[in-house]
Amino acid sequence: MPVPALLMRLPWLLPPGASLHAPAIDALLYSSLALLLGFMLLGQVLLVAGFFLPAQSQARLQPMYRWALLLALVALFVWMTTRAEHLWMETQMTPDGPDALHVEVVGAQFQWYFRYAGPDGVFGRTRLKLADAAAGNPLGIDPEDPHGKDDILSAVLVLPVGRAADLQLHSLDVIHGFFAPNLRIKMNAVPGRTTELHVTPTALGDYPIVCSQVCGLGHFRMHAVLRVVSQQEFAHWMEQQQAAQRAATEQP
Amino acid sequence: MRNSLQKKSWLRRCLFTTAHRVVGVQYLLLALAAVVCGTLLSLLMRIHLVWPNAALPGHGVLRPEEYLALVTIHGTLMIYFVLTAAPQNGLASLILPAQIGARRMALPRLNALSLWVILLGFLVLLSAFCVVGGAPISGWTAYPPLSALAIAGPGQAMGMDLWLLSIALFCVGSLLSAMSVVATVCTQRAPEMRWMRLPLTVWSWFTSACMMLPAFSVLLVADGMLFSDRHCGTAFFLPAGSLVNGQILRHAVNGDPLLWLHLFWFFGHPEVYIAILPAMGLTSCLLETFSRRPPVSYRTMVGCTLAIATLGFAVWGHHMFVSGMNPYDSQAFNLTTIAIAVPSAIEVILWLATVMGGGLERTTPLLFTLGFLSLFLSGGATGPVLAQPILDSYLHNTYFVVAHFHLILGMAGVFALFAAIYYWFPLLTGRRMNERLGRWHFWLTLAGAYAVFFPMHFAGLAGEPRHYAQLTGSATYLARLVPLQVGITHAAFLLSAAQLLFLWNLLHSLRQGAVCGQNPWKASTGEWSESGRICAASFPAKIHATASEQE
Repeated sequence: MPVPALLMRLPWLLPPGASLHAPAIDALLYSSLALLLGFMLLGQVLLVAGFFLPAQSQARLQPMYRWALLLALVALFVWMTTRAEHLWMETQMTPDGPDALHVEVVGAQFQWYFRYAGPDGVFGRTRLKLADAAAGNPLGIDPEDPHGKDDILSAVLVLPVGRAADLQLHSLDVIHGFFAPNLRIKMNAVPGRTTELHVTPTALGDYPIVCSQVCGLGHFRMHAVLRVVSQQEFAHWMEQQQAAQRAATEQP
Repeated sequence: MRNSLQKKSWLRRCLFTTAHRVVGVQYLLLALAAVVCGTLLSLLMRIHLVWPNAALPGHGVLRPEEYLALVTIHGTLMIYFVLTAAPQNGLASLILPAQIGARRMALPRLNALSLWVILLGFLVLLSAFCVVGGAPISGWTAYPPLSALAIAGPGQAMGMDLWLLSIALFCVGSLLSAMSVVATVCTQRAPEMRWMRLPLTVWSWFTSACMMLPAFSVLLVADGMLFSDRHCGTAFFLPAGSLVNGQILRHAVNGDPLLWLHLFWFFGHPEVYIAILPAMGLTSCLLETFSRRPPVSYRTMVGCTLAIATLGFAVWGHHMFVSGMNPYDSQAFNLTTIAIAVPSAIEVILWLATVMGGGLERTTPLLFTLGFLSLFLSGGATGPVLAQPILDSYLHNTYFVVAHFHLILGMAGVFALFAAIYYWFPLLTGRRMNERLGRWHFWLTLAGAYAVFFPMHFAGLAGEPRHYAQLTGSATYLARLVPLQVGITHAAFLLSAAQLLFLWNLLHSLRQGAVCGQNPWKASTGEWSESGRICAASFPAKIHATASEQE
């Protein structure tokens, strides 16, 4: 078994990546950590050696070696930063393609809600006055707004594999942190603001979503499930949800 | 003069005094009380995290909000009342005047007042456990709206008000202390003590104090703004139209929680340098003493200290890569953060150069200094990784960050404090602490520190978020980390138990320690000279620094 695959199986390292940028992020993280760990160990060895050296061995770390060490470190910093900045721009500043799937992610103490715009592609208006989790309308979607009629609200984030997703994050109350470890994405959901995440899932499966910003007594149980499915399965799920939605609205 | 001092009552001599050394010792005792409380709280956290259903004697099972209250008070105690109060306010008051050839602090009353204000802040903080709802649960960073609304959770009512009051008191106390340090270094130096002859300890206390003035001023204002949001109807940090705990918030104006993050971290990042610069200065000073060589490149060391202080005010955004801040800002903060790693790396290389010179006197203070270096290296190695927005957006708020700052700030800072106490104990008591016990204390503490905090990197890589009261629930990947966390809890008990050796050594050596000469380490700095040893308050005139000090 190749070493990277072996590393992936250990429970105490990065969980398996499932997004387009995960392999690049993992490679950068592991290589940076390995190089920095090397420098750290070198430092520790020098420390222990110096502890035992007798007084006569004056200045083993001559200025030339000091400069070399510093230059090597600076070179490492520059290399890391260049690669990291490049990846950051790719993930943060690349606009969505026309076929990106827009999902609204809403955090509330202590629950994640995921809203899809439905066939019309427009999210309905929300009014907090109408918000009532017990009545099945936790976000306060306005029934008078026609755009809201086909909106789908889900407790599970279902994403089709291979299609870019644009997640728009909100919070109803306090700051929450949307963290999907397998997608290697994290962003705070801030009340009064919209924050965004762009991600393309690449591997089918169920993955955890957790809250990464302390948000109150239920912070540790603010979990949700991310389900990455095939394109067909996603279309099927969407139809099911819409049918359920129609049934619910047509009921007197 | 000495006789007049003897005539004063015990209270005037040892408690309500402006004598800088006594104030310094009082600071250290306050920090000792705070670190004992903070450690006990952390042990309760460790127990709850891995055995969430264990009933504590006299209390029962901890509730999740109580776990968060422990986290909040642990962090607040350690950051402010231990890692700032002891190495900066305390040691500066204790040692700084003698090192610059002064007989007292420039503003002795302000210096003494700072201690009492901070002591009051400490008591107010602890009292938060006793009010209805308990202590606050929003962590030492207190992000609003969680921290701004009493309805957002238990502990966010009276407990949060007490937290804000405590922080305000700490800010005022630290500003007074910083003013006193800056004024002392500027006005009380002996004639020969020119700027470029100041010991590196003095440079670091001075630099830290200069950083404290703007940093704590900003925190004091932000603290007041948050209090005003809670009680005076303002909305600096509260967006209009939120639905918190079933209640809709209506404000005429629309505030923004991100403003708090900016203000808090504008204080918060300089704060970590305020806490660690004195430790770095101390390292230079002790390496000089125990290697019997002047510091390698004194001027570079001074330059790096000042560079760290300056850049320290330009890196706060690296705490906010995933906060919703503009991603272009993240790029700028990434660059400044990498830039600050360079002067830090230079200092480490220069210390290593001194260590590699060999011939070190293997005393307990030296061991703790080398321990500081080892932990600083280990904690520092992950800094450049966390400085990258793309990598931080995975690691942010995971145990990886917990590991990073506990190694480089918490443990390294505490090791420097231990080094300082073992080193200056003979100065204050005329006795040495027991070396044998000191060595045991060192090795057990070093092993404990690594055993507790190194494995946390792995929990962070696996994606375990901070502030989790339990590792149960639907995210089953967390449950797999329980064995790792159980191991860490056991190590935490070892680490804490090792500190009993230190406490015993401290108490025992006060009475029974080996009597030593007036300069047992043969150090060259002013506090060990004949004039520096005499209780400074009784000393009639400015003394002259010894000429042999720097070169």
